[in-house]
Amino acid sequence: MLRFIRQRSLSSLISLIGLLVLVFFLSRLTGDPAALFLPVEASAELKQQFRELHGLNDPIMVQFGRYVGNVLTGDLGESLRKARPALDVVLEAFTWTLWLAVITMTLVAVAAIVVGALAAFRSGGFFDRFASTVSLVGASVPDFWVAIVAIVVFSVHLAWLPTSGTGSLAHWILPVAVLFVRPFGIIVQVVRGSMIGALSSAYVKTARAKGVKAGPIIFVHALRNAMLPVITVMGDQAASLLNGAVIVETIFGFPGVGKLMIDSILQRDFNVVLAAILVTALAIFLMNLLIDLAYALLDPRIRH
Amino acid sequence: MSLSSTENAILPEPHPAARFLRMLWADKFALVSALFLIMVLILAIIGPHWLDDVAVKQNLRGRNLAPFDWSRDWFYWLGADALGRPLLARIIVAAQNTLMVAAGAVLLSSIAGTFLGLVAGFSSPRLGQVIMRLADVIMSFPSLLIAVIVLYLLGSSVLNLILVLAITRIPVYLRTARAEVLEIRERMFVQAARVMGASSRRILFRHILPVVLPTLVTLATLDFAYVMLAESALSFLGIGIQPPEITWGLMISQGRQYLTNAWWLSFWPGLAIILTTLSLNLLSNWLRIALDPVQRWRLEMKGGRHG
Amino acid sequence: MAEPLLDVRNLSVEFHTLAGIVPAVRNISYRLDRGETLAILGESGSGKSVSSSAIMNLVDMPPGRIASGEILLDGKDLLKMTPAERLEVNGRKIAMIFQDPLSHLNPVYTVGWQIREAMTAHGTPRGEAEAETLRLLGRVGIPEPERAMGKYPHEFSGGQRQRVMIAMALALRPDLLIADEPTTALDVTVQAEVLALLKELQRETGMAILIITHDLGVVAEIADRVVVMEKGVLVESGTVREIYHAPKHAYTRKLIAAAPGKGDMHPPLARREPLLTVRDVRKRYGAFEALKGVSFDLAAGETLAIVGESGSGKSTLARVLLRLDEPDSGVAEWKGRDLFTLSPAELFRLRRDLQMVFQDPTQSLNPRMTVYQLISEAWVIHPDILPKSKWRARVAELLAQVGLSAEHMSRYPHQFSGGQRQRIAIARALALEPKLIVCDEAVSALDVSVQAQVIALLDGLRRDLGISFIFIAHDLPVVRDFADQVMVMRRGEVVELGDVRQVFDAPREAYTQALLAASLDPDPEVQAAHRARRLEPA
Repeated sequence: MLRFIRQRSLSSLISLIGLLVLVFFLSRLTGDPAALFLPVEASAELKQQFRELHGLNDPIMVQFGRYVGNVLTGDLGESLRKARPALDVVLEAFTWTLWLAVITMTLVAVAAIVVGALAAFRSGGFFDRFASTVSLVGASVPDFWVAIVAIVVFSVHLAWLPTSGTGSLAHWILPVAVLFVRPFGIIVQVVRGSMIGALSSAYVKTARAKGVKAGPIIFVHALRNAMLPVITVMGDQAASLLNGAVIVETIFGFPGVGKLMIDSILQRDFNVVLAAILVTALAIFLMNLLIDLAYALLDPRIRH
Repeated sequence: MSLSSTENAILPEPHPAARFLRMLWADKFALVSALFLIMVLILAIIGPHWLDDVAVKQNLRGRNLAPFDWSRDWFYWLGADALGRPLLARIIVAAQNTLMVAAGAVLLSSIAGTFLGLVAGFSSPRLGQVIMRLADVIMSFPSLLIAVIVLYLLGSSVLNLILVLAITRIPVYLRTARAEVLEIRERMFVQAARVMGASSRRILFRHILPVVLPTLVTLATLDFAYVMLAESALSFLGIGIQPPEITWGLMISQGRQYLTNAWWLSFWPGLAIILTTLSLNLLSNWLRIALDPVQRWRLEMKGGRHG
Repeated sequence: MAEPLLDVRNLSVEFHTLAGIVPAVRNISYRLDRGETLAILGESGSGKSVSSSAIMNLVDMPPGRIASGEILLDGKDLLKMTPAERLEVNGRKIAMIFQDPLSHLNPVYTVGWQIREAMTAHGTPRGEAEAETLRLLGRVGIPEPERAMGKYPHEFSGGQRQRVMIAMALALRPDLLIADEPTTALDVTVQAEVLALLKELQRETGMAILIITHDLGVVAEIADRVVVMEKGVLVESGTVREIYHAPKHAYTRKLIAAAPGKGDMHPPLARREPLLTVRDVRKRYGAFEALKGVSFDLAAGETLAIVGESGSGKSTLARVLLRLDEPDSGVAEWKGRDLFTLSPAELFRLRRDLQMVFQDPTQSLNPRMTVYQLISEAWVIHPDILPKSKWRARVAELLAQVGLSAEHMSRYPHQFSGGQRQRIAIARALALEPKLIVCDEAVSALDVSVQAQVIALLDGLRRDLGISFIFIAHDLPVVRDFADQVMVMRRGEVVELGDVRQVFDAPREAYTQALLAASLDPDPEVQAAHRARRLEPA
């Protein structure tokens, strides 16, 4: 078990290092930082000064070494716009995103598993067809379109919910609801497919031969086996939420990490962008570890 | 003798094309989806030649014209935008860019991803690991963000958009292809080919690829929908396609500021996206069954019963 | 006459399929008394498992449908019961064990939990169920039952898993145990143990057993009466002796005639120059020693049978000889060259001489290639064998040689039956004009009657073309009529190697004797004698 986790961590760590390299060179090699950070009309002298200040005249590998050293000591530089440590700015925004992701994914997981499992149990029946249609539509709609339609209906016409910002509980309803739609549609389909497979498996036949009732057959025998592929998809979906629900955060003026990244890119605040990417990548790395753990907990065959 | 008679009985095999049409007929949802997608495709090809003039013609008296005014020309039936340009004509013209970006990205990413996946699954474990870690890097990178950064730095164009979207989708095909290869290479018919002396290339392309391909085609259909949504999101954020070029995502974005008094500006292009992605999803579900020799009977049975 | 425990009357079950409504069983009737053992004997497609699925309410509906009939248990019709009543029957009155215990046990729960559930599902208090689980595991012969309760199915061997299944089935002391091919996936020695356990438990509890099997030997070993099924129809029924000694139906006669191990054995061959000389081959996977020094000789036109149970290393040996796996050490001399040190180019040329036929033809034939493509691929890979203009004629010739016809060329493997597919695989091997064909369990997946046909085909090829065979099997009777030499393997070592008559008539080693004693004979008298000998204190 421990060896399994260690092995997984190691390979994820390699990915993380790869990401670090990619992020650095992407931000350095795609153009002269001085030209990007400073206004177009800045004088050559000013640009030179800027380069001196940030050590941009050193060989690229020296810069990279300095960057890695800084990252390892937790120093991700200053935000150029906010005059605060970039890490602080990012962590503040990330907390919002994390909450948004956790709340949404919890709701999605519970709803999708129940709906998917019940649809699979009577596959071909009315509920199955209803659930399949809803999930298919859910998986097909663009979230930003749902967001603006929801704003028109619930905020503008009905005036039930605020359009943007944070503060009260009501501010959370629309973003969570909009983010809920696609993962729900996708995961219901996976749960349903996986459950149909599990319900037609040999061990379910054994359980029926033992005289086990329908409830335990679905939720005890089949569900735990069916969860393995579901968890993988849930991980992917959660990862895309952690990555910053860029669009939804932008539309609802939600101060999460996605909005922060977009704003920072537009404001050329690259330290913040780099910090944000590293923080979210680290979060996803930790989440993948949790998923592997969940896998091992659910399936004893993986533990050995 | 009774035993030898079953031994010699051979099932008939229908012609593949006829068989596919029959299976499509059996699933009415898939049939409608396929027809809809064909229509969209035709419109995307002829649209710009046919309606470009109409779609860009401003008509200041027809600003934010409401839909369902049947007395106007047909391309005004879904209303007009803030400059009085007919929405239906614009949606038809925008279909080309929308589909072209998605098709280009899917084609590129599926070919590159499949190739890398085959290599990762079939070559030495070490090279396989390197490729997989690369895929992990791309996967753990916020895909929309990578697009934002690259498009911001390189400038926005159809080609860049296709490239960026393609790169972010490579891991999907790569992982699937590799997982399938790892499974199939242990199958007996691959061993049988090795015993005959078949080269690695022959085994990979003649024995493994044809078995993997249906899965990847199904996946690509589904991914087409995903890429369309991603493109529209980027265009919506203003970093995808730039005006005067249009895509459905850009149209939604342009209509956003008139939400309160002219909902149709954003609604119709959104509906076009939904109907197209929905059709792709339905078609992909059908393909998954139709291309699977083990599950195919479900469709054939239904087809037989309905005629 | 007392009321039977189980009375199946005029049962018909049908399935809705592509070709319309297909009857799975038609109008079958049989009865079973308390304490009795009834066998349902049939080959694949005979519908032998369908009636038991109907009894257990395991027929998937749709596509299945019970068209007519009644299933009376103690005089009550199971088919007319309410769902709640029906739930009480399964597990409490009737229990079932299956062919493949690994897939029939839930992989994510401990075996202790699963056995306990058989009782708690019917209202037994948890503590009581726990104690009973421990007793049951001990009773069916699982070592260290206390520790075993906390283990998962994948941590047991195949035989132990079937014992766990039996413990679970017997938890509530049912009146009837249905066993669907319970020993088919097991080694012969384990099969004998499991069948003996079932008989013992039957004596203890007085339960009736309904055993479904394709194997006449199993019938002879365990059953009192037998019903024979063919294509959904019950063709004959009677006591085991009646059926074996005086079969009335042509199909039954054919089945009995096809049972292996009845014909003449090959006479010993004069010693000839060996074609293949294998010396001290070793192979290990991690800590597991698969081959611990194997040596043998094989002459041209000779058949060497390698017999062993799972884990004996027989398949590893085949893979190593064909260089699908690399050996750790050893020599295999083929025409004066060591197979194991050939360069890739030399190996490529050698492939023509050494071919292989695999166990399951469904898996060894690429499903997306036609028969023509499958067979002619040999000449695509080795273009110097045959010019392309002659391919078609040669494929037709090869198909005729294996008992198929030229018109099958454009078909796909899934359109053929299992036996026909194995013929295609043999034709593919012949396409390279090999000197030696390795058959890895090449007939194990086939029905008995088809097995006999395929073995006859292989023996004919050996005679006519002078091809040598290495024939790998897990069961001794299969190789008896076909082999010149027999090599018995166990745990990576050669136990015994000798001419076929010596090995069968005068086995030297205790393990060979045990294998012979464990393999089941279709003749109930012979089988009874075997059993008596086994029970004697050694």
